Amino acid sequence: MTAAGSPALDTAARPTRGGRLSLSWLGVAPFFVYVGVFLLLPTAIIVIGSLTGPGGGVSLANFAGIDKPFMLKALSLSLSVSAVSAVAGACFGALLAYAVVTGNPNGMLRRSIMSASGVLAQFGGVALAFAFIATISTVGFVTVFLKDHGIDIYPNGVWLYDAPGITLIYVYFQIPLMVLVFLPALDGIRPQWREATESLGGSTWHYWRYVAGPLLAPAFLGCTLLLFANAFSAYATISALLTNGGSYVPLQVQALLTSETEQSQPGLAQALALSMILIVVIVMTLYALLQRRTTRWLR
Amino acid sequence: MKWSSPVRQLGLAVVAFLVVAACGSSPGASASCNAKTATSATDCGGIDGLVTAAKAEGTLNVIALPPDWANYGAVISGFTAKYGISVNSANPNGSSQDEVNAFDGTSNAPDVVDVGQAVALANTAKFAPYKVATWNDIPAGAKEATGLWFNDYGGYMGIGYDSTKVPGGVINSVADLLGSGFKSKVALAGDPTKSNQGLNGVIMAGVANGGSLDDVSKGVDFFKQLKKAGNYVPVVGTAATVKAGQTPVLFEWDYLSTSHGKDVSTWKIFVPSNAIIGGYYSQAINKAAPHPAAARLWEEYLYSDAGQNLWLKGGARPVRMAAMTTAGTIDAAAAAALPAVNGTPQVPSGDQTSKASAYVVANWSAAVS
Repeated sequence: MTAAGSPALDTAARPTRGGRLSLSWLGVAPFFVYVGVFLLLPTAIIVIGSLTGPGGGVSLANFAGIDKPFMLKALSLSLSVSAVSAVAGACFGALLAYAVVTGNPNGMLRRSIMSASGVLAQFGGVALAFAFIATISTVGFVTVFLKDHGIDIYPNGVWLYDAPGITLIYVYFQIPLMVLVFLPALDGIRPQWREATESLGGSTWHYWRYVAGPLLAPAFLGCTLLLFANAFSAYATISALLTNGGSYVPLQVQALLTSETEQSQPGLAQALALSMILIVVIVMTLYALLQRRTTRWLR
Repeated sequence: MKWSSPVRQLGLAVVAFLVVAACGSSPGASASCNAKTATSATDCGGIDGLVTAAKAEGTLNVIALPPDWANYGAVISGFTAKYGISVNSANPNGSSQDEVNAFDGTSNAPDVVDVGQAVALANTAKFAPYKVATWNDIPAGAKEATGLWFNDYGGYMGIGYDSTKVPGGVINSVADLLGSGFKSKVALAGDPTKSNQGLNGVIMAGVANGGSLDDVSKGVDFFKQLKKAGNYVPVVGTAATVKAGQTPVLFEWDYLSTSHGKDVSTWKIFVPSNAIIGGYYSQAINKAAPHPAAARLWEEYLYSDAGQNLWLKGGARPVRMAAMTTAGTIDAAAAAALPAVNGTPQVPSGDQTSKASAYVVANWSAAVS
């Protein structure tokens, strides 16, 4: 890329560059081996496995069961919980990030929120499920405390294990993640633009409608998509919380692989996993496109 | 960064798949007899020859045996104390399918498994035939004729409950659970779409509500009503959830439910007289067992009077119970401590279980979520 169109320079530079190249490859080799073994190989196995028929050969037989009502229900539930938690996380996260940005860049508020977000965005899985069980499940201390004071948060049964509860739990790690990924975009907004708007007679509404809004929209949408993919692929939290009867795609994959009642169907599990991969690939491609648009203005 | 979560999950799925697909060589041959092909202790020159060969191997691999399940903790330590063979207990909370999935041909593969009926029937090609010395005490319907698998212990599906948490302190019928006093309290001890115990809980609810072993739809309907009433908790009940109070009413095998008494002193078990569903687990020996002699000696130990009485102490009904009662070798105190059952037990056949399972898989998530 660097020396294209300059043959003289190219030949002159070749020996040293070749040497440096091989060394730099050596340096990143562990990373590529890691990615190969834990990302590319499993993906390839799933793609091949899901497209292999019962008697060998390419076939779509594994996808035959995917249109069963309970599979579609799992897909729609996973998609809707991911979408709602992504939108809610994006809105609250963006507001929080805006509050941080308008404050002192080296202040206590910014530093504490940033480090808290860094930790909480990764707070998922069994620990997160346990945190919610211990606080607001039927025997959680908050539930028990409120009950002792006459407030029953579960008058019609536990909603913690239903879609509203799962969404609430996901929002817990979506908001901090939004703060982390959206803050750079907000930092890119220059105060001068606002001053320019005002000196031209624009109101706050005009500033948001015609300047900041359009600039931030691609970043906001992109971050929302990232949050969606994040929720859609989350597995450990719901697996630890909904040990029984959870109708989400990752849990269906798990059930299809470990059934002890003759319902084990590794082929269908792979087909389901492949459909998840496709959805994530589409979402992340859109995210990358929006990111590119974002960086054109905000850097 | 967040790519890691799909990766991790796919990796898991793939590893699980590889374990299913893998099938490899089998190391190890025993010292004094060819235990790998022995179909009874006689092939090893009697029990003493088998003990010698097993001691030479020194180790036994078992899997998915929780210490508080049917008293397995005591069974394992009893075996080690008697023969000086150490027991490697892997993945104590695994499912029956996990047990068979672990047959990977390595020296860590389980030597013996204790699996649900469906998994036993589906995997006979992976098992070695063997008949224990007390083979004739096992009823004909409870074993494969050549000894590929044989029932070990079982019990009845019951509803365990904390009597301080239910209205009136007692449950008299399955229909009681639909009442408003059971809000957020009723759970199953397994996911019925993949666990044998969970499935039998649904079958029991079905039979109690006018269904039959051939018609599990009434059971699924019952849980749908439970869910609608806000009484169903989608958490698999375990010793931990019972202790914490998350699952104060639990569909569970009676022999497993009794163990909660040590955590919750007011724990009681109700077995509905119109729906006594029996279920047995089965023993089988891995054809490629890394310790073939120890595996066979383990079975001899389990089916001895001592082994059977240990299970009985854990609240399970050992398969030789009838024969031992006649012979007077049963532990009478332990037998008297079993939950009282009035009525005729029904045991779902392999076919009935598969049909019920297929129906539950197709309709369960629509009913409870």
